[in-house]
Order: sequence, then C-alpha cells, then structure tokens
Amino acid sequence: MFLETILIAMREIKRNVMRSSLTILGIVIGVAAVITMVTVGDGATRQVAYEISSLGSNLLDVRPGQSHRGPGGTRSGAPMFKIADAEAIERDVAGLAGVAPITGRSSQAIYGNENWATNITGSTNNFLQVRNWVLSGGRQFTDGELRAGAAVCIIGATIHKQLFGEQDPVGRTIRLEKISCQIIGEFKSKGQSGFGTDQDDFVLMPLRTVQRRIVGNNDIFSISVSAKDGVSTEKVKEDIERLLRERRHLGKKEEDDFNVRDMQEIVKTLTGTTRLLTALLGAVAAVSLLVGGIGIMNIMLVSVTERTREIGIRLAIGAMEKQVLMQFLIEAVVLSCFGGIIGIILGIAAAAAGASALKVPLILNIGIIVIAFVFSAAVGVVFGFFPARKAALLDPIEALRHE
Amino acid sequence: MITPPSGTGNMYPVIELNGVTRVYGTGTAAVGALQGIDLKIEHGEFVAVMGPSGSGKSTCMNILGCLDTPTSGAYRFKGIEVGKLSRDQRALLRRHYLGFVFQGFNLLNRTSALENVELPLIYRGTPATERREMARKALASVGLNGWETHTPAELSGGQQQRVAIARAIVASPEVLFADEPTGNLDSARSREIMELMTVFNRDRGITIVMVTHDSDMASYARRIVRFMDGIIDKEEQNGS
Repeated sequence: MFLETILIAMREIKRNVMRSSLTILGIVIGVAAVITMVTVGDGATRQVAYEISSLGSNLLDVRPGQSHRGPGGTRSGAPMFKIADAEAIERDVAGLAGVAPITGRSSQAIYGNENWATNITGSTNNFLQVRNWVLSGGRQFTDGELRAGAAVCIIGATIHKQLFGEQDPVGRTIRLEKISCQIIGEFKSKGQSGFGTDQDDFVLMPLRTVQRRIVGNNDIFSISVSAKDGVSTEKVKEDIERLLRERRHLGKKEEDDFNVRDMQEIVKTLTGTTRLLTALLGAVAAVSLLVGGIGIMNIMLVSVTERTREIGIRLAIGAMEKQVLMQFLIEAVVLSCFGGIIGIILGIAAAAAGASALKVPLILNIGIIVIAFVFSAAVGVVFGFFPARKAALLDPIEALRHE
Repeated sequence: MITPPSGTGNMYPVIELNGVTRVYGTGTAAVGALQGIDLKIEHGEFVAVMGPSGSGKSTCMNILGCLDTPTSGAYRFKGIEVGKLSRDQRALLRRHYLGFVFQGFNLLNRTSALENVELPLIYRGTPATERREMARKALASVGLNGWETHTPAELSGGQQQRVAIARAIVASPEVLFADEPTGNLDSARSREIMELMTVFNRDRGITIVMVTHDSDMASYARRIVRFMDGIIDKEEQNGS
C-alpha cells in the first residue's frame, strides 16, 4: 500500500511540473543559501588560518610598548630594543629555530621613471626563515654584506611588478632614499594577508644598512622569533618575557613595557571570529529555509483546495484517510527533498563561484550538506502534514461537488 | 477489507434499506432529506432512481454508495450494516464492491485515460503489469481502444464518460452507482452510454443503480423507483 501511495504521489508531482517547481523554489533557495554561506565561510576561515601561518610557523613577535595600548601606542615611553636584546634572546631562550631583529620604515623605491611607495625592512637572513619567505630568484645576503651594511636588497613580488614589469630585476639597481641599492634577490609571492594587506610590498636590506643609512639610529623596531617544531610557543613566550624583564630592569610591580605576541593566539582569535561570522550567516540562511518550508505549506494548502475534487474522486473510489494523508505528505516530502537536492547542487555551484571570486579555498562540508538535506526533508514532513490532514479529512460528497 | 458474512452467498439482497432517514442540521434548523425509506435491490438488477430536485434521491444515492450514513434506520450492503462501519471501513467497502459514474465524469485532469482507469486498482494493490492489462481491457470494453494515452482534455464528453465507466467497472464491482451519467451528453451519446451500461448489467451481472431525470434513460432500467419529498413515491417495473 505504501509503495502504491508513493507511486500516486510521484505521478501527481510529474503531472504538475510548474506547480511543483514553484513549491520547491523556497526550499531550493534556502538550502542553496545555507550551503553557500557555510562553505564560503569555512573556506574563508581556512584561508585566514593559512595566511596567518604563512607569516611564519610558531612565530612570536616581540615589540616594545604595552600590549593593551594597541598598535600605534606602542612606542610611547618604552625604550626601543637594541641588537643586543635580539642576541640575548637567541643565546638564552631554549627551543628557538631563529631570531630576526627587524627595523625599517616606509619609503619610496625608484627605478628609472617608475616610483613606488613601499616599506624598507632591515633584518638578517634569519628573517627569511622566521617569516617563511622563499626566494624565487637571486640569493640571500652574505655575511660580509650584513656586517658591512652593504647597499644590497631583496625585493618583494609587488616591487618587481610595479617597477620592473616583465624584466628580471636581479642585478639591477634601485634608489631607496638617498642610496642606490643593488637587487640581489627576489621573494616568492605570498599574496594578500589575512588582514587584507599586501605582504609582498616590501624591500629587505641588511639590518645595519637600514639602521645607518635609512633610519639613522641603532634601534630595533621588533624582534621576530620562531620556535622549533614541537616546542610550546607558550613556554617560549614566558621565557622571552622573563629575559626581557631582567634586561630592562623591571621591578616586580612594574608592568611589561614590551609585548610578545604569539601568532597562534592570533590565528585562534581570527579563525574564531570568521567561524562566528559563518555561523551567523548560516543562521540567516537557515531562516530562509524555514520561510521556504512555509512556502511549501502555503502552496500545498492551495493545492489541496484546488484538488478538492481529485481528493473526492480518490475517496469515492476507495482511498482511505491515511492513504490520502500519505499521498499529500509524500508529495510534500518528495518535493522538499527534491528541492533540497537541487539546492545542494546550486549551493555547491554558488559556493564554488563565491570561493573563486573571494579567492578562498572551496571546502565542502559534508556535515552541513547532510544537515541541509535532512532539514529540507523534515520541512516537508512538518509543513506538509497540515495540508495533508486537511485533504484526508475532506467529506467525499462535498469534495465531489466542489467546482 | 470488509467481507460479508461467510457462506451467505446471495442469501442477502445486495442492498436493503429499512426505515432509513437522513436529517441535515439539528434542532429547529433540521431538514429531513429522507423520511423513512424501505428499498431492496437484488443481484443483477438495473434500477433507475427518479424524482424532482430536492426529493431526496441524491441523499439516498450517497447513502447507498456508502459515502454517507443514515441518521436512523438500517442500510445493509450484502448483509453488512453500513451505518456501523467506520469511515475507513466504508472506504474499503467502496474499494472492493462499488463503482461510481458521475454526471461530471470526475476524471483526474492531466492524467491519461489508462491511468484514470488504473486508479481503483492501485488502491486495491493490484501489481503494475496486471493492473495495466486490466485497465486496457476495461478501456477496450467501452470501445476506447487506442485512446489509452489521451488525457480527459483531449477526449469528447461521451469518451470521457466511457473512461469513467471503464474506471467504475475495471475492478468488477458488485454494484455500479451512476449519478445522472448522461446529464452532460447529447441524446445520441446518452444512448451509447446507456447501451454500454446495459451490456455490463446483462453480461457481467453488475447491479446498476442509476439516478436520472430523463425517462428515456430510465426506460433502459428494469425497475424505476420514484422519489418525492424524502420518501419513495412509487416503484414500477419496466414492461419490456
């Protein structure tokens, strides 16, 4: 009997393609919206995590100033680091993979008629390892260049594009502030960071060159530290803090006048934020799924009225209440499942389009697809039941007379 | 499924009404559509029910067709008291013993003639291949060979009524109830339909109860029951 009822329901759906497609439109949109939102959101979360980790694995950033003042307020009052601080960290803190003292400032890079506003960063070869930079051409600094403060530089991909276009920049000379600087190497592009800034827009020079000839002091703006794999960044952070408090002669009651930022914490915070955002968008989309369900109920109710005579015929011919109920219920469930499937396909397509437009990876979350499908089937049951019951309880005599 | 008392054979008449009344509404608004009907219809009879509008003949047909139940009195179908059955039990009774033909044909729209005829068999749970075969034969028996795939909209009124008759008889019912089956047809088409029904009555022994306004149509029946103001005014046998 159940099979017969399914058969009847399927025939009815097939007979009314227009009505059926209108009925499922809400579900299709709802499911597609949920899947698109969640998939793109997941991709964005993954992308943020990936980009931050591309800054450097197990990276800790040590800066003077107090953390709660936020960026901008960091330099006020607190003494800057010197090269000796970086050397002390390298010497006294265990479990480090590399320490890179960093200084720099924003400036212009000029080549021929081209001119580009960029950042000059001064550091050592450790910078490459600590911040995960790979050379796409040329070489690193030599010890001699580092010691002497030679006028050499390694440029980011953006500088290449802006100043040299298609030409090979290695070996050429650009002007940075008052110095002519030979390009000895080029970084492989990392693209946009999770914060939306261009990571490739900088020029790396030996620390000493920048200190002496660009900035004009011996300060270290920040120290980037990377922990060895398997070493707890938490522990390294504590060790650095203890060491720096000692070196800066801070009493027990004094606050840190520097801060050590653990990138993994930032990764956690940021991915947490994107996840929350994804959940919110998903929830909004879920509301549209609910609205889609109400749409199904609406059209099913109209359809029961419109099909009163058909129901009368079926009842007269010998359909039992539960068969009519099942027929309409199955119609609703089949329709909403069908809508769910179309919605899933559309949602994945839209997510793929959205992911490529936003340049985030496409990560299909099977869980959410299953949930969206089950939910759409449930919508069919819940919102199909009321119209189905209305149909089943019709009086056959009245129903047959219905025009 | 509802089965009549076993071993009864044709011991009971197919239809037996004893003092059946049907009252619509309650209290002072109550209207007695049927005011005590006694009627007996035996196997294989062809009965025409006549009477002016409001005489109670439609109400009586609804009760006979197990679509409605009497307010008082007893309606026995093959010995089963219909008034004591539940809604679903009456549905089963209709499914297995009754066929219906209506004035307005009442076919499913956008549904092929074959599928319309299959409908009662689907509810009976007849397997698909058998069902299709039976439906095809039923359509052939009403002269609609080759019209299987046409939908009602593509058929003339006479053809639609033939499909309806095929649907009514496809499951070999005990009784065929026809409510003004020729009311929407011209006289030539009407005669064709009446002849078809006569054939099913005579050759297959299907009991037919037909409501009609038209005495020409009633003349096909062997017995005419005339209603007036909720009672049976008179019964007459057709001479032929």
